[in-house]
Amino acid sequence: MSDPLRQAVIWLNDPLNWTNPGGILDRLGEHLLLSAGAVALGCLVAWPVGIWLGHRGRGGHAIVIFSNLTLAIPVLATLTILPLTFVGFGRPAVIVALAIFAVPPLLATAYTGVRQVDPEVRDAAAGMGLSGGQLLRRVELPLAVPYLASGFRTAAVQVVATVTLAVFVNGGGLGQIIGAGFGLGLVTGGGQILAGGFLVAALAMLVEGGLALAERVLTPKPLRRRVRRRVTAASI
Amino acid sequence: MPSYATAGLARSADALAQSSPAPDNSWVSWRYLENNSDRILTALVEHISLTTQAVLLATAIALPLAVLAYWFRPLTGPILASAGVLYTVPALAVFAFVTPYLGLRPITVVIPLAIYALLMLIRNTLTGLVQVPEEVRDAARGMGYGRLAQLLRIELPLAIPGILTGLRLATVSTVAMTTIGVLPGHGGLGRLIIEGFRNNFFKAEILTGTVLCVALALALDLLLLGLGRLATPWTRSSARPVGSRSPETAEMVP
Repeated sequence: MSDPLRQAVIWLNDPLNWTNPGGILDRLGEHLLLSAGAVALGCLVAWPVGIWLGHRGRGGHAIVIFSNLTLAIPVLATLTILPLTFVGFGRPAVIVALAIFAVPPLLATAYTGVRQVDPEVRDAAAGMGLSGGQLLRRVELPLAVPYLASGFRTAAVQVVATVTLAVFVNGGGLGQIIGAGFGLGLVTGGGQILAGGFLVAALAMLVEGGLALAERVLTPKPLRRRVRRRVTAASI
Repeated sequence: MPSYATAGLARSADALAQSSPAPDNSWVSWRYLENNSDRILTALVEHISLTTQAVLLATAIALPLAVLAYWFRPLTGPILASAGVLYTVPALAVFAFVTPYLGLRPITVVIPLAIYALLMLIRNTLTGLVQVPEEVRDAARGMGYGRLAQLLRIELPLAIPGILTGLRLATVSTVAMTTIGVLPGHGGLGRLIIEGFRNNFFKAEILTGTVLCVALALALDLLLLGLGRLATPWTRSSARPVGSRSPETAEMVP
């Protein structure tokens, strides 16, 4: 086996590998499109449900059970089964298959975000005559924003990573580059496999870093320290 | 063992011969199960073996790291952060990194899976260790326990609920993740799923792989839960084990 690392560098330095049809730029576009679709669909479903459950203060156990259950479902299964149902072949099936895995983090953070609002604050708002809907819109939601944001980041990073698996159903995305490398065999394709791995890993890191930065910049200063402390406390 | 390339793109002849789709192609087919029971069993056994190896390897690395992070607090941040970075790298990319060097062998699948399980194991073990009450530690020191004896005889046993939470999370997600191993040719049940898909969308084979995979995850989860109960008799009287907080926190904060 010749040196795969050298092969990978050579492969990445060939401009045609970037601009060809089905080259890196095409695949990157597909990858981002699929990711954006899956995250958007996940938010559309998970946020209203999570916020509503948090507002009513129930369903916490159901959320934990649901997220543990999705942990046990292989991504390959949803990717291969959905196209064979009424959803049909094509991008929508891939997007739905991936959105399923974006739902648990979004749901859980939306629920906790609304739940964690200080009961005294809620009491005060009710005492000022706010109705349930007003309480949700003017008090609970604004206070839940840091949680929604951190759930969004987790879900987005996870989806960007998982979209690579679309290669198994020929669904596009950067994973195709790795898959094509395997198709060539390890001796000739080793460099391309490695190069694809670098691209996928770099994209995941970029998305993680970018969203972390955006989260920090967009969080109002007084809230910044509180949330960060809470996150580190939870991560120990 | 056909690689992804031969099984998928060129369709190995034996895959076609052994599991050609039933004419009706329904999601459940007893005929398929009957005719292919040994293939299914082989896939299941491979799946169990890959998962077990990966989780054991991950535990062997994670436990010492968690203890290090517990003993030397300044190391906690760096250890968790590097496990977090490894967790962020997509599993397929890790496969891509190791395959050109290790070839199409089972170990090529085991290493990425183990890397992926590290974060959950380290974080939950650390949670378990940190939760040991200060008075208990004080009492142990007062009784003359050294650092190592205190760890082995007091702190680790009390951290079992936390360790177990991590182990269960890691096992369940590794079972699901093992399917990706079809790419380097060792995917256990994932092979059934992908072969079914590529073999004219043979639904019964896809569903068999999926159902067995989910069932295996749940079975191993229950097994670990049972072992944990046996290992911590002192928690049995209370309704909930001390350290078994919702796995939500462990999973959601990257």
